[in-house]
Amino acid sequence: MSDAVFMVMMAMFGGAIRVSTPFLLVALGETLTEKTGRINLGLEGNLVLGAMVAYATSYSTGSPWLGVLAAAGTGTVLSAGHGWICKLPKVNDIAVGIAFMTLGTGLAFFFGKPFIQPTAPRLDAIELGNWSSNPQVQQALKINPLFFVGLALAVVLWWMLKNTRWGLIIRMTGDNAAAARAMGISVDRVRLVATAAGGSLAGIAGAFLSLYYPGSWNESLSSGQGLMAVALVIFARWSPIRCVWAALLFGASGALGPALQSIGISKGYYFFNAAPYILTLIIMVLSARSQKAAHEVPGELSIVK
Amino acid sequence: MSLPSASSVARPHRKPRLDPRSLALIEASVIPMGALLASALIFSLFLLMLGKDPIRFFSLVWTGGVASSFSIQNTLQRAAPLILTGLAFAVPARIGMTLLGAEGALVLGGLASALIAIPMMLGGWPVWLGLPIMALTAMAVGGAWVGLAGWLRHYRGVNETISSLLLTYIAVAIMNFLVEGVFRDPGSTNKASTMPLGPDWRVGDIPGTSVHWGLATGLIIAALLWVLMERTTFGFSARIAGGNLRAAQAQGLPVGRLAVASCAIAGACAGLAGFFEVAAVHGQANASLAAQYGFTGILVAFLARQNPLAVVPVAFLFGALAASGGLIQRRMEMPDATMLVLQGIIFVTLLTSESLYGRLPFLSVSQAGDRT
Repeated sequence: MSDAVFMVMMAMFGGAIRVSTPFLLVALGETLTEKTGRINLGLEGNLVLGAMVAYATSYSTGSPWLGVLAAAGTGTVLSAGHGWICKLPKVNDIAVGIAFMTLGTGLAFFFGKPFIQPTAPRLDAIELGNWSSNPQVQQALKINPLFFVGLALAVVLWWMLKNTRWGLIIRMTGDNAAAARAMGISVDRVRLVATAAGGSLAGIAGAFLSLYYPGSWNESLSSGQGLMAVALVIFARWSPIRCVWAALLFGASGALGPALQSIGISKGYYFFNAAPYILTLIIMVLSARSQKAAHEVPGELSIVK
Repeated sequence: MSLPSASSVARPHRKPRLDPRSLALIEASVIPMGALLASALIFSLFLLMLGKDPIRFFSLVWTGGVASSFSIQNTLQRAAPLILTGLAFAVPARIGMTLLGAEGALVLGGLASALIAIPMMLGGWPVWLGLPIMALTAMAVGGAWVGLAGWLRHYRGVNETISSLLLTYIAVAIMNFLVEGVFRDPGSTNKASTMPLGPDWRVGDIPGTSVHWGLATGLIIAALLWVLMERTTFGFSARIAGGNLRAAQAQGLPVGRLAVASCAIAGACAGLAGFFEVAAVHGQANASLAAQYGFTGILVAFLARQNPLAVVPVAFLFGALAASGGLIQRRMEMPDATMLVLQGIIFVTLLTSESLYGRLPFLSVSQAGDRT
């Protein structure tokens, strides 16, 4: 294997994990929300606002993990607002999501202005590559703990949905709200809690963006990850485990441009930037009418009706 | 023993002062106005919490947006693209589609018109022929771009909200790719742009004003689309399909063609806005095209309740907000994102107010009619 190919492969590997982490966290949050039969398109707003709050908190307290916590809290509050409005009659959850995208982004840009210049303490990575003398391998195996948090959450979420009472309540609410109501389940409350919890994960994803990779706060920090994650959930057919693979695939497509740049191929930079969007679109076209998806979709979900 | 009359049994409270149609119209005006008022209050609280003076804020909006003929022209200038992008959201919304593709269609339409102008300018074509070709190109490209989302929705079952937003991201990437690459004008050193249009290749202003012809075009198109949606078979079929897709299919309406056509019309409107941004405002295509007009248009359309005629005054309102943005930034030392926060608050309040339809006691007759 030639050196250049090895370098690209290692950069792709490390990059895929780095880029996929926010996708994974948002997608898991959205999976939880959509399993209850509601869709939250506002997670992009959570992501951007979470990134700003995390950065500001880390800057003023010196503790990046406190920043992650603050981002999770912000995401919870924002999505609780979404969940609360959506339980009113005649309100369309997709439109409310767009509104919260605007509100979250607006608040982040408004309060984030003073934090564009200063440098905040960032999250540390776990260095798993010290056994190798190769700097590229070391670089690729520097992995942020939040990635492992995402992996663990995926397994926990999968197990919870499948085996626990809560999981059954969530699935039932998403598949047939009328039946859930007949069982005495408060459909609105289940959806509110699931939306808020999903929002907290999107907030954490934002913290990852501003405190680890790319690791600074500015207004072009997010490039639609929060929205692509919604498409990713459909592609992963509402399974937390498949979300992991899908997020890694997205991560790899996002890492392609920078990886090629690392060996000096910078032509078509903007084209490679667009790769994740094009990939998402192709995947949506391919997965839209699949029989499997039709079988696994939560019955109450407005987006597939 | 006399029987009560049939009407008093069916509707004991009914006092028919107004017919349901006018009541629905009043309801559709009162509720959004109330939502705007509520947003202003919430935003005032937000300002008070930050130690800013809300009265000063709204008086600056007045000064910067409507007080002088200069500010009115500034407002109209910014309202012009908002009318077109508002229409771009409103038309497909009537058939039940939520499209976020206007920004992408605007960018690509503007880019296409700037690119097709280059050979025509170099070839010495007459301007009276060239400008319409540029406008039509922008409309065709925008229409095809958003039409693709409609096609994918209907024939492949791809959710149009997400696909149209992805198409917007892709459009911006395509524009950056071409403007920074092959079509970059060597003269554009600060900001990569396409070749500038010659002075006589620009769209001028409406005589006596400094507002370009995009405004007049927007007004005409809003009126045409109102006729299309309210007074033609096309609009009627589209509204049926938006109300109940299955019923429309059962009636044999060409639902797929209606969906694609609505999206194509939407994209053509946004593309036309892009043409005016290039030919009347910037004089070339560059990253300034992605100025969020497409996204603000979504809010414009929601506030207008997807009515093409109502889009016009609402676009003026947001044009005024945008026009006063700079003044507020300087005088009150607030970031440019202030307007985005206000937009977000209006948007959320407005959607919350949707649940009031049919529940206002003094308008209760309309409830018996078309609402469920």
